[in-house]
Amino acid sequence: MAQTTTKHAQIDADDIMISMKGVNKWFGSFHVLRDINLTVYKGERIVICGPSGSGKSTLIRCLNRLEEHQAGDITVQGITLNNDLKNIDEIRREVGMVFQHFNLFPHLSILENCTLAPIWVRRMPKARAEEIAMHYLERVKIPEQALKYPGQLSGGQQQRVAIARALCMEPKLMLFDEPTSALDPEMIKEVLDTMVGLAEDGMSMICVTHEMGFARKVANRVIFMDEGQIIEQKDPESFFNNPENDRTKLFLSQILDH
Amino acid sequence: MAKTPTAKTPEFVRTEEAPLLPPPATEAGITGWLWHNIFESMADFHSPLAAVRSLFMILFSLILVYVFGTQIYGLLDFAIFSAVFSDPDGVKRQACWTVQQGGSLPDGWHAACWPFVVAKQKFALFGPFPSEELWRVYLALFAGAAGLAWVMIERLPFRRQAGLLMLTVYPLATFILLTGGNIEVAMTQIAIWFVFGLALISIGRLGNAGRLGTVLNEFAGSFAGAGWLVVAFSTVAAIAAFDFNLEPVDTGDWGGLLITLVVAVTGIVASLPLGIILALGRRSDMPVISVLCTIFIEFWRGVPLITVLFMASVMLPLFLPAGVNFDNLLRALIGVMLFSAAYMAEVVRGGLQAIDKGQYEGADAVGLSYWQKMRLIILPQALTHVIPGIVNTFIGLFKDTTLVSIVGIFDLLGAGQSAIADAAWSTPVQAITMYLYVGIIFFVFCFGMSRYSIYMENKLSKSRRH
Repeated sequence: MAQTTTKHAQIDADDIMISMKGVNKWFGSFHVLRDINLTVYKGERIVICGPSGSGKSTLIRCLNRLEEHQAGDITVQGITLNNDLKNIDEIRREVGMVFQHFNLFPHLSILENCTLAPIWVRRMPKARAEEIAMHYLERVKIPEQALKYPGQLSGGQQQRVAIARALCMEPKLMLFDEPTSALDPEMIKEVLDTMVGLAEDGMSMICVTHEMGFARKVANRVIFMDEGQIIEQKDPESFFNNPENDRTKLFLSQILDH
Repeated sequence: MAKTPTAKTPEFVRTEEAPLLPPPATEAGITGWLWHNIFESMADFHSPLAAVRSLFMILFSLILVYVFGTQIYGLLDFAIFSAVFSDPDGVKRQACWTVQQGGSLPDGWHAACWPFVVAKQKFALFGPFPSEELWRVYLALFAGAAGLAWVMIERLPFRRQAGLLMLTVYPLATFILLTGGNIEVAMTQIAIWFVFGLALISIGRLGNAGRLGTVLNEFAGSFAGAGWLVVAFSTVAAIAAFDFNLEPVDTGDWGGLLITLVVAVTGIVASLPLGIILALGRRSDMPVISVLCTIFIEFWRGVPLITVLFMASVMLPLFLPAGVNFDNLLRALIGVMLFSAAYMAEVVRGGLQAIDKGQYEGADAVGLSYWQKMRLIILPQALTHVIPGIVNTFIGLFKDTTLVSIVGIFDLLGAGQSAIADAAWSTPVQAITMYLYVGIIFFVFCFGMSRYSIYMENKLSKSRRH
């Protein structure tokens, strides 16, 4: 983590992974995202937290167009996110996503789950895709499950497969949408360990999570959201020790003191 | 915790391995099956209420056995034990007459008269199809059965290719075999279309190479696709128009089981893809497509099939310009196809609705396009969910083919019915024998589909999830 201190020092346009400017989004008449401005640099690991309904999931889902924003500009890897399907496809190729409920494809084996997108989206030969898939399955430590189906695996294993599936596309950025919230307590650690390993290898990532231990350990920046706004943004040390906003203080006291 | 020693010694600790014992008779083998499926429900006499229930179960079981036994015996007696199987003297109806009626069977005899069915066999199965050309029908049916078996039996290699042949070459070959081919289309016209298709493909190639300018390049794929479609169609037309030197057989001379199979198989094969497209269309984000598909589905579901067939064969010619006339069977086929597609669409839509939103998002997030997402992720799951519904629609369609007799096309039932009118075989059991025969044929096909669907369900549920 020591080497990340240089990240903020030099601001080069090439180093910008994501920029969000004045992003607003409504669900019907409900204003979920209110004037979001955010820049993420390459190699950065950002944790977004906040109470439920604060728009944190919606924010990262806007980054690969699972949700459409109505106002403002989002640029991912220099590609502007608009209604152009080509841009959306291009961004989705570069951005991996891990969901709360895994969203593995139950009718395909673990290996097929991992090779599907490289074969169909990246037009990779099957043998090569399987090689890559096995590499990442080894990395998440479940190569022996490759021929099973998702329904035969535990929740933690499924989530690790989901991470491997996203990695098989060799993305530049990983989005995690509450990856441990649907897991039994004893399975949370195995998923977090995988994510820590990923962070240590220098993957850029944005995680929506309530795992404050994880935030302390790997994040460069912690973002606190409430009612659709970013209301605090700090490095983990000062975020946990000197929160400024009252809402943040309340949230932290609720989440940490028990 | 585990390290804390306990003061008490456990009360029960096994010191030697427990032996593996054979199961009791009520758990395994035939006795186990009988116990669980029959006797367990009627063996509880531990309380007055349970005893009454058990007695009722015994009583109902006995009634059931009695009713089924007598009914099945009655059917077997009618169809086999007392039936007349041969007509050695060639006396036709007299072979199935009782003494009272002037024949030789005992009075009060009432059973199947199979020589009648044998005599009408060809008519019931193929209608007035010319006998000397029947080999063509046999060939088509045999090839169809063999191809279907090939696709369905999992141990065989090249099943995918066999399926592809069944969907492309087989229909064309069958069309030529059954009609004689040689349709009236000028070869020059086909050639022009063929060249036009090739031109479209070339334009597509140019576009792919980026040589058409920015706007047209975007449509390269569409050009190429349309080109291949035109080329494929003109090739099919050329083959269908080719003179294979087969005697032409008018579809008016088709009949019986042949018609039933042609109508049902065309309907079944066409309704699934059409239904899928309609279902996807109805759920589309694009209002125009969604509204069009909804109107189509609701229209065809809202009218009875008889009306559709009647309109197609009687009303439609009134609206067509004079001289334009196309085949009666073809019109009925199109009607059946569209009708069943609408039903299929709703079945498929049910399956689509059962798919979790997360599956769409998972597919989107890895970058699959809409069609890839549907083909690889959504439809395989959705269709598996609704196999019972799909097969239900297939079976319904198979039996609905009997309605084509309303427009003068003689399917199996229609052909059977006109065979009954033959006075040379007039006996009191003439009609019932023919209906039994027709019923058995329908049952074999429908039951076969039903069993195959159950087999598919089991197979698919074994290989996946939970």
